[in-house]
Amino acid sequence: MCAPAAFTRGFPGGSKILILDGTLMSRRETVRPGLSASGAREVSLTIPVAPDMEIAATAQAAALGEFIQMPRDKIDEVKLAVVEACINAFEHAHSKDESVHLTFRVGRDEEEGPEYLEVEVLDQGEGFDHSSVDPPSPEKTFNEGKKRGWGLQIIRSLMDSVAITSGDWGTRILMRKYK
Amino acid sequence: MSETCKIAVERQGDVAIFWTDGYINNQGGEEIARQAYAQLDSGARALVLNLEKTRIVNSIGISILIEVLEKVMDRKGALAFCNLTPTIDKTFRIMGLAQYAAIYPTQDEAVKAVSAAG
Repeated sequence: MCAPAAFTRGFPGGSKILILDGTLMSRRETVRPGLSASGAREVSLTIPVAPDMEIAATAQAAALGEFIQMPRDKIDEVKLAVVEACINAFEHAHSKDESVHLTFRVGRDEEEGPEYLEVEVLDQGEGFDHSSVDPPSPEKTFNEGKKRGWGLQIIRSLMDSVAITSGDWGTRILMRKYK
Repeated sequence: MSETCKIAVERQGDVAIFWTDGYINNQGGEEIARQAYAQLDSGARALVLNLEKTRIVNSIGISILIEVLEKVMDRKGALAFCNLTPTIDKTFRIMGLAQYAAIYPTQDEAVKAVSAAG
């Protein structure tokens, strides 16, 4: 059995991605504070667990999406995925620092490849076993009254790739949408 | 930060038309529900929700809209949506809302359809 193919790939702004067997596994090596004339392509934001703070996060997603000229409808999909990831963290994580940490990145897999907008949503909460989450369905929603619990399903449906890691350190959702 | 969803309602016979403007979350959904139930209690048979000025409906907001839909169905009424963004349309289909409520491109088509259904 071959060892997993792991390599790093950088893009302007200094961030690197560790790609393991084609799956995004590990993230930021440097933090750039803003999208500026320096050419940084990463924006970090920490929001408190408070009503409507998820909308502050969607503004950052929109700004970076517009920066790479992503179509508006795709930006809307990223925004909704960000909203769902944030409200999941707000409601379920019980984060120790009562905050949610987001990092927004733009980049390409290959020099000539399509640009993407990637969002990492990190909380320092209790973590959960996402593989044991009972998937929602319209039948359960309408026939059994289980109307909630759609967040992860919506995120997976709207984004091109989603990776969830969770443990007693918290939960990280890493999601990417190509332009 | 306040992201209040503004709601306007107009009655055309037994059809109540709702216009939303802004983010539909739990508060926005609950306000729509409150006004929808008031319309049903005052004789409206059908509801049309025009979401032209709404670009995000979160899953909590949708779950409340599903409760409104169930109440309308209990009363043998009709509920239709119109002017949805592609993202909202997609989300409604993911969650099954589109299986039970009709979605139309325009308000005129939605009103015409629910009026005919009576």
